[in-house]
Amino acid sequence: MALLVTGVEILISHPRFYWGETGNVMTPPLFQLPIPSSRATVPTGYGYVLPDQNGWSRYLHFQSAWVAVLTGLLYVVLGLVTGHFRKNLLPGRGDVSWKGLAKVIAQHLRLKPASGDETQSYNVLQRLTYLLVVFVPFPLVIWTGLAMSPAIASVFPAAVAVLGGQQSARTIHFFVSVFLVLFLLVHVVMVFMGGFRDRVRAMITGRSAPEME
Amino acid sequence: MTTVSRRRLITGGLVTAAGAAGLAAAAKIAQRYGLIPPDGSGLYGPGETLTYAAQRLLTRHSRAREFTASQISKPPFANEVAPLSEAFQRLQKGGFVDWRLTVDGMVARPASFSLAELKSFPWSQQITHLACEEGWSYIAEWRGVPLSHILDLVGTLPHAQYVVYRSIEHGWWDSLDMADALHPQTLVAHGMNGGELPVPFGGPLRMRVPRQLGYKNVKYLTRLTVTDSLKQFGKGLGSSSPEAGYAWYAGI
Repeated sequence: MALLVTGVEILISHPRFYWGETGNVMTPPLFQLPIPSSRATVPTGYGYVLPDQNGWSRYLHFQSAWVAVLTGLLYVVLGLVTGHFRKNLLPGRGDVSWKGLAKVIAQHLRLKPASGDETQSYNVLQRLTYLLVVFVPFPLVIWTGLAMSPAIASVFPAAVAVLGGQQSARTIHFFVSVFLVLFLLVHVVMVFMGGFRDRVRAMITGRSAPEME
Repeated sequence: MTTVSRRRLITGGLVTAAGAAGLAAAAKIAQRYGLIPPDGSGLYGPGETLTYAAQRLLTRHSRAREFTASQISKPPFANEVAPLSEAFQRLQKGGFVDWRLTVDGMVARPASFSLAELKSFPWSQQITHLACEEGWSYIAEWRGVPLSHILDLVGTLPHAQYVVYRSIEHGWWDSLDMADALHPQTLVAHGMNGGELPVPFGGPLRMRVPRQLGYKNVKYLTRLTVTDSLKQFGKGLGSSSPEAGYAWYAGI
């Protein structure tokens, strides 16, 4: 949440995106968000300039990023050590078939809540989605964030070059962040539809209690 | 309800105690090796300290990326500055012949150099990326005297920790730790893209620190002060940036 709010504040100081190493108001953008800016130097078409919130936003963004990265590392290490990824997230051998996926997707489309045994473990669609999110966008958003740092670029120049340049890293960082926010929204909506109290209880205590319902 | 077993309570307690002791020890070590930034206290202190310490350990000798002449941005973008002071305009009218850079503080031979003297010193040139904290950037060729050369000339005393640098514009100042001050790519720049350093880009004299963001590259330099503590400068936060809400360390 802190990352999102501060990320938006930082973005407002230059709501234009570029591809490659460089980009500024003298160069054509890849695209520009139709929002006002907190800098008078950016032509936005709006007749006013928003207050500058970039300083504390940057402080809080990086501090929150540390919390997110350290928690994420702990989660990945524990997930590997305890076998959580293998047992709970890696789909079973027979489960990954178009038929199996189609069945789960059909269930979702009919908005049928999970029942009985289904509530006790993740279905194949959930497993694939969670694995994908944990191992693709999360690392990518951290990587593209770090690639924007001139000091990090001096140590790992290839990490920037592979992405196409510092401005490309910024653009990818934006899209991956948008994807993660959408994922979170859908995730929360589905938790609500699956029975909010029971799901959240299961998340926090590790137990679901169907017999108490 | 989940019951917490005694074993879990004890292990949990031990882990917490070990963690706290570890943090305290880490803070001591960080202090000793100069890994705590001057703005490393307060609400955002922990994150700022982690960033500075991690990047300082990683980047002690790394070199900023250099680019080819064909990658130079045409035209580059000069960020706006407040209207320049009378003192600046007076020197500008005289073609900057009276512009001087004073070097004082913890040095064996305090000195004051004219622009012509600085230009006669051995210079170095680099094609590097300048990124603003706002999100925009450009690549330019910079020419200038390595800050380390100036520090050698005046004889920095051994316990120096920071170099404070000031603009002729009132209240515009910043500082570097010795790792960045002595870094071969840190320049007191007087030229850009093959010519004089234009005024909108900080001419006649600007700090150039390619491993940090744009705002560390203070324009219109007139004074360098070598020190072992930043406490007596401004609010003691290491530069005018934290006083305006921005981090002292700008490697990210």
